[in-house]
Amino acid sequence: MPEPLLEIKNATKIYGGTGFFSKGRTTVALQDFNLTIDAKPATITTIAGESGSGKTTLANLVLGFIKITSGQVLYKGVDVNTMNSSQLFEYRREVQAVFQDPYAVYNPFYRVKHIFDMVLKNFKLARSKEEGRALVEDALNVVGMRGEEVLEKYPHQLSGGQRQRMMVARAYMLKPRLIVADEPVSMVDASLRAMILDIMLRLRDEHNISFLYITHDLSTAYQIGDNIHLLYQGAVAERGNTVKVIENPKHPYVQLLIDSIPVPDPTVKWGGEEISTLDDEQMRANIASGCRFYGRCPHRMDRCLEKAPPLYPVGEAGHEAACYLYTPETEAVR
Amino acid sequence: MTVQMERRQAAQSVTANGRAVTLEVKNLKVYYATPTGDVRAVDDVSFHVYKGEILGLVGESGCGKTTTAMAILRMVQPPGRIVGGQVLLDGIDLVGLNESALRDVRWNTLALIPQGAMNSLNPVMRIHTQIAEAIQTHEGRQPKDKLKQRILDLLSMVGLPSRIYDMYPHELSGGMKQRVCIAMAIALHPSLIIADEPTSALDVVVQRVVGQTLLDVKERMDVSMILIGHDMGLQAQLVDRIAVMYAGHMVEVAPVEAIFSEPLHPYTQLLIESIPSIKERKPLKLTEGITHDLRNPPPGCIFQERCPKVMDVCRRDRPPLRQLKPEHYVACHLYE
Repeated sequence: MPEPLLEIKNATKIYGGTGFFSKGRTTVALQDFNLTIDAKPATITTIAGESGSGKTTLANLVLGFIKITSGQVLYKGVDVNTMNSSQLFEYRREVQAVFQDPYAVYNPFYRVKHIFDMVLKNFKLARSKEEGRALVEDALNVVGMRGEEVLEKYPHQLSGGQRQRMMVARAYMLKPRLIVADEPVSMVDASLRAMILDIMLRLRDEHNISFLYITHDLSTAYQIGDNIHLLYQGAVAERGNTVKVIENPKHPYVQLLIDSIPVPDPTVKWGGEEISTLDDEQMRANIASGCRFYGRCPHRMDRCLEKAPPLYPVGEAGHEAACYLYTPETEAVR
Repeated sequence: MTVQMERRQAAQSVTANGRAVTLEVKNLKVYYATPTGDVRAVDDVSFHVYKGEILGLVGESGCGKTTTAMAILRMVQPPGRIVGGQVLLDGIDLVGLNESALRDVRWNTLALIPQGAMNSLNPVMRIHTQIAEAIQTHEGRQPKDKLKQRILDLLSMVGLPSRIYDMYPHELSGGMKQRVCIAMAIALHPSLIIADEPTSALDVVVQRVVGQTLLDVKERMDVSMILIGHDMGLQAQLVDRIAVMYAGHMVEVAPVEAIFSEPLHPYTQLLIESIPSIKERKPLKLTEGITHDLRNPPPGCIFQERCPKVMDVCRRDRPPLRQLKPEHYVACHLYE
């Protein structure tokens, strides 16, 4: 069996508990998370969930910005935490990031070519100026831009969509195997969003680059994603093939989530029953043990409070949901 | 020319449909001064809001949606300034009012739910103190028990339990804080509420709760609202009519059903086509282009550089906003 590109094993991240004032007060941001991205073919894996569900924590773990509490992140079979410097250098080059805010990542005092120059210098990609220039031009062409049009400009002279495409071009220049895209389109205008998504698809198909696509927007995930992991308060609620999960959600939370997406059609009104939300205090009380969705779940049972449900298979091709509604016994009864 | 038509049509629709107009914006111009010339953030924008309806104001970032709202509230900050036009709220022109007269209008007849409103709550004040402050600033001191009852009524109006009366903002979730802001906005029974992306920082589940609260408030109080946003799905669910802005200009105004079933302006068509769906997986619709420099707009149509159907006349003359069908206005040479 070929080695997977990225493997995350039982990743858990707990914040807090170490500070002088916050001793003992901890937040579990991510709990026992597992994920495998194969080396071939390249895929777009979506991590979705509401704010505070742990999706950005996951991105930061993969990018090495924060230290894991327990579990492992393996890149090509090597634990990221125990890599030696040459392995780490390779990892830093092959795993790239595109962030949410295309306005904040540029230094407004430099021309935009600066971000490309930095990459060329730090990773020693080119032996001469001409060679570097050709690399930049090639990367810009992949995202549908031309060097002479944009490189000499300042960031404020470009639109949000252009800036975000340049970030993708910068990542592409390093010939990465994996791009972690944290909400790459949420700040780009709707009419230009499709272009960024299309670039992601082309990089996947033509250049064999996998994506870890982090988003709260299920509709864009549905349009381009291959696999999806839906997080709820740090734990996976449901995972599987994107189309299967979104068209036929099993976990009560995911069902609620998909029901709540406003339909862009004035003749189809918001479906589902009236829903209630709990305040933060109540939510926290519910997670102490058992299923984190208990407080809001329409199907709650006593056993949900005893222990958090593991993932049960609910459909074909690895479609799984963490809900006691789908235990083999319950299935048999129904 | 356009103005007079718009005015006449607005006047006609009042008599024809018997619908009262709460707000009428005429030829509003807001410019931002920069060292290299004025940026025309809002250029000659006219529209109206009927009593008891929600008007959606949509467009991409930087198109002038928020500036329009701020101009209605007379809250444009320097280097911005209102260059011309009228903002008639219940017949009173807000552009001409002085500061003290404005204080009376704001919150009494015109309320704002700002972007990220939940962060505008004072973290060290209890919920009831904040709402009471808003009421007493405008109406003077109130008897304690009457005031308490009024605040509890407001909370129940936005679907919040009475136990949050004594809580602090940090004890509430984002959606609850947002609903407290809605409660504050309706506390003095305004005739118009301007909500600037009221759900943009919220998750879809909470977004739906807040959206339904807004609809509920509109029904029960018969208040008019302007809902600024760029999420077309949310607009489809909440608003009665949609006004589409592009680069500081109004390009199309129509009932929400018409915008979705039969968009006329090429920009609106683009906007509708690019909505991602969760019902069917379809090929992505790509568009190229960048908006022109707002300091010196090209002669002719403001959308010419991105328009797939651009014609010669578009590069010469700017199309006026004209009524094509009842309640359906569009600024495009295609329909002449």
